[in-house]
Amino acid sequence: MRTTIRGTLFGGLALMAGDLLFKEGLPLFGKNTKAGPTVWQLDPAKCIQCGRCAINCVKTPSAVKCTHAYSMCGYCKLCSGYFKPGTKTLETGAENKLCPVSAIKRTFVEDPFYEYIIDETLCIGCGKCVKGCGAFGNGSLQLQVRHHLCDNCNDCSIARNCPAEAFSRVPLTDPYLLKGFGKEKI
Amino acid sequence: MKLKRLVILVLFMSGLFLPAAMSIQRFPKPEFESGYVEPVTQFPLPRGEFLIWMDVAVLLLTISLASWLVIKKRSRLGVFWLSLFSLAYFGFYRQGCVCSIGAIQNVTLALFSGNFTIPLAVLFFFLIPLIFTLLFGRTFCAAVCPFGAIQDLVAFKPMQIGAWLNAFLGMIPYLYLGLAVLFAATTTDFIICRYDPFVGIFRLNGSFGMFIFAGVLLLAGVFIARPYCRFLCPYGVLLNWMSRFSWKHMTITPAECVQCRLCENICPYDAIDFPQTKKDPASHRKQINRVILLGLLVPVLVLAGVWTGSQIHRTLAGVNSKVRLVRLLQTEPMLKDKDELPEITAFRSSGVPQEQLVSEVDGIEKDFLKGSRIFGGFIGLVFGLTLSGLFRTPYRTDYVTNRATCLSCSRCVDYCPVIKK
Repeated sequence: MRTTIRGTLFGGLALMAGDLLFKEGLPLFGKNTKAGPTVWQLDPAKCIQCGRCAINCVKTPSAVKCTHAYSMCGYCKLCSGYFKPGTKTLETGAENKLCPVSAIKRTFVEDPFYEYIIDETLCIGCGKCVKGCGAFGNGSLQLQVRHHLCDNCNDCSIARNCPAEAFSRVPLTDPYLLKGFGKEKI
Repeated sequence: MKLKRLVILVLFMSGLFLPAAMSIQRFPKPEFESGYVEPVTQFPLPRGEFLIWMDVAVLLLTISLASWLVIKKRSRLGVFWLSLFSLAYFGFYRQGCVCSIGAIQNVTLALFSGNFTIPLAVLFFFLIPLIFTLLFGRTFCAAVCPFGAIQDLVAFKPMQIGAWLNAFLGMIPYLYLGLAVLFAATTTDFIICRYDPFVGIFRLNGSFGMFIFAGVLLLAGVFIARPYCRFLCPYGVLLNWMSRFSWKHMTITPAECVQCRLCENICPYDAIDFPQTKKDPASHRKQINRVILLGLLVPVLVLAGVWTGSQIHRTLAGVNSKVRLVRLLQTEPMLKDKDELPEITAFRSSGVPQEQLVSEVDGIEKDFLKGSRIFGGFIGLVFGLTLSGLFRTPYRTDYVTNRATCLSCSRCVDYCPVIKK
C-alpha cells in the first residue's frame, strides 16, 4: 500500500516537473534563457515616480537608485532635476535642491554647462529628480534596480506596491533597461 | 482667418505636448570645447548564474548529509551542527531567498499562468526536499531548512500541548497553503514571502511588524518548539504528505523497543506515538460507529466549505491590485483631483481603456470564485479528516515516531538505551 502510494507520488512530481519543463520547449542548459535565473527590472517608460521605491524595498536604503544616462543629459545650467521649481538663484544650497539627501553633485564644466553626478551611497531612490528631469528636461535621470545592491527577493516588495506595474522578472543576462542606450537596453 | 489661427494653435499644442509624451531630447547634447569627457554610466551586474547553481548543489549536499546523519549515523550532534551550517548559508549568507517554502508559489504561478516560466533552480529547490522526504522522511526539516534551524536553537523548554490542540493548530498550515496557492494561481500576491517572519532576522533589516512577528514566534518557540514549522509552514503540509509514505524513516530505537519509556517525554514536537492497548469489543464497536458518523460528516463539511468559499470570493479577490484599482475607479467620482492616488495616475497615463481593465478584472473575479470554492472544499475536507483522525486509535505495541509530524531532529535517538547488536 505504502509503496504504491509512494510510486504514485513520485509519478505526480515527475509529471508536474515535466509539464513545467516542456511548457516552452525543453530548456536545456543555457538554450532557453526564459527558464534560467531571473532578476527584477524597472521599466522607466512605465515609472511614474510615485516615490514608493524609496520606502518599500526590504533594504534600507532602497536598492533602486537614480541612474544617470549621461549620453542623454543636456548639461543644463538650470537643471529641473536638480533645482526646486521656482529657485531664484542657481546656487547649490540645500534649500534650492530637489534631492532630499543631496545625492546629486553639480560641477561646472564650461559656460553654460554643468555636470550632474549621482552619489549612489546617498541616493534613496525617491525619484524626485527623475520626475523633475522628465517633466522639463531630457529624461536622462531614470530609476533603476541596482543589481549589486538588490537581494533579488522572490516576491519583490517594491514590485508588489508599484502602482504602474513597472517591475517585471527578466533573464539575468539582460538586467538593465534604460532610455538612451540604443535599443533601450543594456 | 480664425480657422488659420486655430490650425496654428493646434500645431503649436501638439508640438508642445508631443515631446512630453515621447520624451524627445529637449536640450541637445552640448559639444564641449574644453575637452571634457563624459562619464560612463555604470551598470553593476547581479550575482552570477553559477552561484545560483551553487545554491542548488549546497542544497543537494546538505540534504544528502542530513539523511545520512538521521537514518544511518543516527547522530543528533551531527544534525545539530549541520542545521547551524544551513542557518548560516541559506539564512544569513543567502538571506533566505530563494527557499523551498516560497518556491510553492513559483511552481503554482508557472502551472497556472501562461507567461511565467519557472527558473530551473527554483524548480529544483521545490522538488529536491519533496523527493528526499519521499525517500527518507523529513530530513529537510531536521537540518537543512534555515527556518527550522533558527527555531530549533531556541527550543529550551518545550512542553507537550496535547493531541487536540496539536490537531487544531495543525490545520492552520492547510489554510495558509490553500490561500498561498489561490493567490499565486491568480497572479495576485506571494503571501508566503510577504509574511515571512524570519527573513528580517536573516537580513538584519525589515519592517517593524515582521520583527514583532518573528520575536513572538521565537519567544513562543522557547516553550512550544518550532511553532512556525508545526502550525504555519505551508511547505510542511507537502512534506507531511510525502513523509507518510517514505521509503525509510528515522526510528527511535535501532533494534527492538524495550518499553523503557525514556523517550516518552523527550519529543519537543509531540511526534512520538505511544503504545495503544487493544480496546475491549464493546467500546471498539462504539468507536467504529463514531468513525462512520464522522465519515458521513466529511462530505457535509466539504459542501459547507464550498459554500463559504463562494460567499467570500469577492473579499479574497480584493487582495488583487487590479481588482482594487477597478473598485477604486468605480468609486472615483468621490475622490478629489488633488488627492488622487498614484495607482489612478499610473493607470490614466498608461493609456489602457477602462473597459479593457474591467473585463480583465471580471475574468480575475471568476477565477477567484472557482478558486475560492476549491479552497473552501479543501479546508472542509482537511477539517473533517482531522476531526475523524482524532478519534482513531490504532493498536500499537511500541513507541514509534509519527511519520507525518516527526521532523527527524533525532533528539529521541540519544535517549534510547537499546544498542544494536
